[in-house]
Amino acid sequence: MSTPTASLPATQPTAVPVPVVSLKGLLPYWIFAGIVCMLAIYFVGAEEGATSIISGMGVHELVHDARHLLGFPCH
Amino acid sequence: MMRTLLVRGMLAGLVAGVLAFLWAHFVGESPVRAAIAVEEAAAPKPVPGAPVEEELVSRSTQETWGLGLGVIVFSVAIGGFLSLVFAMVYGRTSALRARGTVAAICGLGFLAIVLVPLTKYPANPPAVGSADTINERTEWFFVLIIIALVAVVAAVRLGRQLAARWGAGNATFAAGLLFVVLIAVAHLALPAQNEVRAGFPPQILWDFRLANLGTQLILWATLAFGFGIAAEHAVEGRPAWWRRDAAERSTAPTA
Repeated sequence: MSTPTASLPATQPTAVPVPVVSLKGLLPYWIFAGIVCMLAIYFVGAEEGATSIISGMGVHELVHDARHLLGFPCH
Repeated sequence: MMRTLLVRGMLAGLVAGVLAFLWAHFVGESPVRAAIAVEEAAAPKPVPGAPVEEELVSRSTQETWGLGLGVIVFSVAIGGFLSLVFAMVYGRTSALRARGTVAAICGLGFLAIVLVPLTKYPANPPAVGSADTINERTEWFFVLIIIALVAVVAAVRLGRQLAARWGAGNATFAAGLLFVVLIAVAHLALPAQNEVRAGFPPQILWDFRLANLGTQLILWATLAFGFGIAAEHAVEGRPAWWRRDAAERSTAPTA
């Protein structure tokens, strides 16, 4: 079975990569997604250990093993 | 475009988190259990009739749902940051194409967020630790990560500036040297921490720290591969191997 190669580009396009998002367009994503991701890492890594937003130890105890195995100081 | 990249970064994080969880559960829990057993053997015998301390979350939940939730949430968040950094540096910082850019970000991120802190404040299993120092240990751990991230940015900038004059090889070496010097200074400046008490079985500690390294390695490597393909598809179109497959399938006899 022969493959028609004529319809395919013979070589990879070698154009130099150009930015896909303007820095201005990136800013709101950095602010909102950045804060959400930072909070997520905080809750897994440090909540109810060194500092605490929520009272009690529920979050700490639930993600306890993940905190240890990801390498965060736990207790 | 940024929305697409962000969603793909977080999805790659989800896949990476699942794989890292499987490793952490099947390999990492063994030294964790051993460390807890050492802790319980050393604890004073409970007085008969005294109220038993109630567990907030059972060990079996911690080893499965809790571990999975924690690793996956962390991994999705790292995937989100990966997509944000990718959109910022792609086409700006180097001539690397999408997959090379993703691989470089993941390699340097792993270096700054995992390897550098591990050399100064290595992970400890349960039973190793002290309530008196958890605050400062957590602070210095994050301070070292921030220093390492700043050092990576400084090294990359220096490398880029020197590359034109010295050539890529020499410039990369100079950038690496700057990074090592900055991290060495941070090592000397930051306070030492050691909560491992005398007599704790070294084999358990070694197994646990290897399991920690493995968890993070699987997480970052899967992100590099998964988001590498997803980002390439998003910004450069279907890769050549994919296009060829699709073309072959579409021209294959259907009967």
